[in-house]
Amino acid sequence: MTATRHDAPMTSSVGNPGAEKRGMNLTLRIWRQQGPTVKGKMVTYKITDISPDMSFLEMLDVLNEQLIMQGDDPVAFDHDCREGICGMCGVMINGQAHGPQQTTTCQLHMRSFKDGDSIDIEPWRATAFPIIKDLAVDRRAFDRIIQSGGYISVPTGTAPEAHATPVPKADSDAAFDAATCIGCGACVAACPNASSMLFTAAKVTHLGLLPQGQPERNDRVVNMVAQQDREGFGGCTNIGECSASCPKGISMETISRLNHDLLGALRAGARPKS
Amino acid sequence: MSLELFTEGEPIADTKAPTDVPIGERWSERQFRGRLVNPTNRRKMTIIVVGTGLAGGSAAATLGEAGYRVKSFWYQDSPRRAHSVAAQGGINAAKNYRNDGDSVHRLFYDTVKGGDFRSREDNVHRLAEVSVNIIDQCVAQGVPFAREYGGLLDNRSFGGTQVSRTFYARGQTGQQLLYGAYQALERQIAAGSVEQNARTEMLDLIVVDGRARGIVARDLVSGEISTHFADAVVIASGGYGNVFYLSTNAKGSNTTAIWRAHKRGAYFANPCYTQIHPTCIPVKGDYQSKLTLMSESLRNDGRVWVPKERGDDRPANDIPEDERDYYLERLYPSFGNLVPRDIASRQAKNVCDEGRGVGPGGLGVYLDFAEAIKRLGRPAVEAKYGNLFDMYAQITGEDPYVTPMRIFPAVHYTMGGLWVDYDLQSTIPGMFVIGEANFSDHGANRLGASALMQGLADGYFVLPSTISSYLADGPFDKIDESHPAVVEAVQGVQEQTQRLLSINGNRTPASFHRELGQLMWDLCGMERTDEGLRKAIDRIREIRQEFWSNLKVGGDWHSFNQTLEHAGRVADFIELGELMCVDALHRRESCGGHFRAESQTPEGEALRDDENFAYVAAWEWTPEGQPPVLHKENLEYEYVHLAQRSYK
Ligand SMILES: Cc1cc2nc3c(=O)[nH]c(=O)nc-3n(C[C@H](O)[C@H](O)[C@H](O)COP(=O)(O)OP(=O)(O)OC[C@H]3O[C@@H](n4cnc5c(N)ncnc54)[C@H](O)[C@@H]3O)c2cc1C
Ligand code: SF4
Ligand code: FES
Repeated sequence: MTATRHDAPMTSSVGNPGAEKRGMNLTLRIWRQQGPTVKGKMVTYKITDISPDMSFLEMLDVLNEQLIMQGDDPVAFDHDCREGICGMCGVMINGQAHGPQQTTTCQLHMRSFKDGDSIDIEPWRATAFPIIKDLAVDRRAFDRIIQSGGYISVPTGTAPEAHATPVPKADSDAAFDAATCIGCGACVAACPNASSMLFTAAKVTHLGLLPQGQPERNDRVVNMVAQQDREGFGGCTNIGECSASCPKGISMETISRLNHDLLGALRAGARPKS
Repeated sequence: MSLELFTEGEPIADTKAPTDVPIGERWSERQFRGRLVNPTNRRKMTIIVVGTGLAGGSAAATLGEAGYRVKSFWYQDSPRRAHSVAAQGGINAAKNYRNDGDSVHRLFYDTVKGGDFRSREDNVHRLAEVSVNIIDQCVAQGVPFAREYGGLLDNRSFGGTQVSRTFYARGQTGQQLLYGAYQALERQIAAGSVEQNARTEMLDLIVVDGRARGIVARDLVSGEISTHFADAVVIASGGYGNVFYLSTNAKGSNTTAIWRAHKRGAYFANPCYTQIHPTCIPVKGDYQSKLTLMSESLRNDGRVWVPKERGDDRPANDIPEDERDYYLERLYPSFGNLVPRDIASRQAKNVCDEGRGVGPGGLGVYLDFAEAIKRLGRPAVEAKYGNLFDMYAQITGEDPYVTPMRIFPAVHYTMGGLWVDYDLQSTIPGMFVIGEANFSDHGANRLGASALMQGLADGYFVLPSTISSYLADGPFDKIDESHPAVVEAVQGVQEQTQRLLSINGNRTPASFHRELGQLMWDLCGMERTDEGLRKAIDRIREIRQEFWSNLKVGGDWHSFNQTLEHAGRVADFIELGELMCVDALHRRESCGGHFRAESQTPEGEALRDDENFAYVAAWEWTPEGQPPVLHKENLEYEYVHLAQRSYK
C-alpha cells in the first residue's frame, strides 16, 4: 500500500461510534443579497447526504459546488484559515453568532445538527458592518478602532533587551487571554445594541496589563472608545451576549477593566483626539 | 534526463554578501557598505508591499516608520488575518536564556544542518544574529509570550535541536506575533505613512526598463482592475503549499503574486522543496477542504507509536506496551520524538506503507500523551497544550486526554520560492521578496519555529536595511497608465479574467484544484521517483488543457466573485505544479524534504549527492512551448562541514 489520502471512508469509525450515522438531509434558509445597496431575502435550499464529520463551511462548499454546476450564483461567505484563528469566518446560524457551540463557524461541525434539521444562515447585522454580498460583511471598522490607539508605540530597532522588564506571570497570562481576540465580530452581531465593547475592551486589557503598555494607557482607552462611537457601534449596557458568543471566551471582566481605565483616564484629563 | 524538459543557462551568483570578512561580520559589513537614503528623500519614494503576514506586516510598518510612502496590499478584509496568524508552536532565537549552550553559532549550525546543507551560509548566519533582536522588539510591542513565575520568558524545544530556544505564546505564537506587527502597521496607517488596500489581489507585476515599478491588482469587492506605481515592490505573499489542494495553509493562500512575478522574469528557486509536517489531523472524506496542524511542540511530551503487528485494529488503549512500536525512539535514540520534520514524516509513511498505520484507511499513527499525563498531571498538560487538545476534539469528536491522537503528515510549508540575493532582491531589479515567498534560509528542510523567525527577521530588520541601497538611485522617472508596459500588463490581466469567465464548461475550479492536489501528493509528495514525476508532468499538462477548455465559473468580474478568484489561483497552481515536478525530477538526489526513492542510504535515509547537486536550482520562465531554463547557484560550506545528517 502507498499513502494515498482519498481512499479513507467518509466517516471515521475508530473510537467514535457516535459518528457512524451519515448522510443527513437538511433544509437551509440562506440570506441572499447581491450587494450593499440591493435588498436581500432568505432563500431556501435542500441539501442531502451531509456527513456529520463535515465542518459547517464544508457543507456550504458542497452547496456552492452544486449551485455553480446548476449555473446559479454560489453563496458568498468569508473564511480563510478554517482552523478558528484568523477571525475571517462568521455567520448567524439559527439566530446565534457562529451557531450553537461557542466556537468559530469554521470549527463548527455538522455533528451538531441532525437529519431533517432546518438551518437559517444570515450575515452579521450591524450598521458598522455593511453587507458586501450574501453572508460577507465589511468589518474594517475594527481596524480603525485599532488605528485609534490599539498599539504600543515602539518603532523597529528601539526595543530594550527583552529581559530588562520582568512581567509577573499572572499579568502576562491575563494579558494573553485578552489578546486572543480574533476580531471576528461575533460580539457585535450577538449584542442587541450592536456594541463593539468586548472587542475594544479585549485590546485595552491586553495592553493595559503589561508594563510596556502603561505610557499610552490613558490616551489609548479614550481614543479607542471615541472611535467605536464614531463608527456607529451601539453603547454597552452590560447584557453579556457578546461574551457568551465569543469563540475565544473573552470575559466580561475586560469590559469592567475598560470602564475603570476610562474613568481614570478622563479624571486624569485625557481627551480623545478629534 | 530528457532534454525537452529543461535547458541549462548561465550559473548565477549571490555577490552581495561581503565574503572578504569572517561570517560573523558580514551582515554588519554589508549594512555599512550599503548606501543610505536620507530622511527627506525617503518621503519622495513609494514602496509597494504585497502581504501583511509577519514578513509583509513588519516590513510595511518599519518602512512607514522610516519615512517612506508605503502602499500595502492584502486579500483578506483585515491585515490581522494573514496566515501567519495560524502558526502555533513558537519562534526560535539564540538568546541562551536557558544557559544550555545555545549561541548564534549553534542556531546557525542547527539551521544549516537541519536544511540538509542546501541553504546559504551567509543568510542563515544573519538570521541567527538578528533572531535576538526580534524577541526584544516583540516584547516591547506587548506580545504576551509565555513567562515563568519569576516574570522572565519561558522556552521550549523544537525538532532538530538539543537546546531550548523556542519562545512561545501558548499554542498561538503566530497570532500574537502577527498582532504585534499588525498593530505597528495600523499605527502607521493612522499616521498616514501607509496606504491600505484591503481585499485587493495582486495579479501582475509592472516592469519598466528592467525595473519593478508597480503592480496590477483587482479589488475583490468591486472587481475593479487597477494599477499602482512605486519605486520598489516588496512581495510577502506567503507560501504555495496549496498547490497540493489539501494543506495546513489558509484557503486563500496562493502562488499568484510570485508566479506572475516569475513570468515577468523573477527566477523561481527550488520549487520542489516542500515541507510535509508529521503531525496533522488525518483526512476524513472527499469533502475535506483543508488539513489542520497539531503543533510540533506536542512532540516535546507526546510519544509517537504504531502497533508492532500489521493490521492490529484493536483500540489504542487495548494494545499492551510491549506490542507497541515507538519507532522514532527506537530508530533515533538521541533525538527520539524530536527528529526533524522530514524524517518524522517519512517514518510515519514507512510504517503506514508496512500496513501498521491506524485509523481509517490505515493512514495515521498515534501521538500519545498517557505517559506525560501520568508524569506531569493532567492540569500541567492542559496548561501547555489545552487549546490544541480542544481543537483536536472539536475536529475529530475524540478526546485526546483519553485516547491517543491520530496524526498523519500533511503539506505545511514551502522552502522553495522566488530566488533572492543576500539583499533579498530578486532577479528583477527593484523587486524584493521576503518571508515564505522567497527561498532563502531553510534549504531543503525547515526546522520548526524558524519561519516566524525568518519572516520577522526579513521584515523588521533585513529588508528595511538592504532596500535603501537600491533606492539610493531613486526616485525613478514617473510612470503612468499610458506607459506601454502598463497598458500591456493591464490588458493581460483583463484578458485572462475574461477568458476564465467565458469557457463555460463543466467543471468547477475546486474540482480541478482537487485533482491537481491529489496528483501532486501522490507523485511529488513524500516520495518521488523518476517514473512518477514524468507521469505527473504529462498528466498536469492534460489537466491544464482541460482547465482552459472545460472550466465553469459563474458571474462576472465586476463584482465580488469568489469562484473567479479561485479559478485564477488554480490556473497558476497548475503551471507551478509542472515546474515543481521538473525540479524534483532533475534533482536526482534526496535532500531534506525532497526524497527521491532512487537515492537513499541502506537504512532508508535521504542520501544527498553533494558532488552533483550542492546548488540552488533557480528556474527562469520561458514562453509557452519552450522548456524552462535552469540557472545554478553553487553552494559553498565554509563553516559548517558537509556531512550526512545524523539524528541517531
Ligand atoms: C498551521 C501553521 C502553523 C505554523 N506554525 C509555525 C510555527 O509554530 N513556527 C514557525 O516558525 N512557523 C510556523 N508556520 C509557518 C509560518 O507560519 C509561515 O511560514 C509564515 O507565517 C509565513 O509568513 P509570511 O508573512 O511569509 O506569509 P503569510 O502570513 O501567509 O501572509 C501572506 C500575505 O500575503 C497576502 N497575499 C497573498 N497573496 C496575495 C496576492 N496575490 N495579492 C495580495 N496579497 C496577497 C495575504 O493577504 C497575506 O497578508 C506555520 C504555518 C502553518 C500553516
Ligand atoms: S471579542 Fe470575541 S467575539 Fe468579539 S471580535 Fe474578539 S473574538 Fe470575536
Ligand atoms: S476561517 Fe479563520 S477563524 Fe474561521
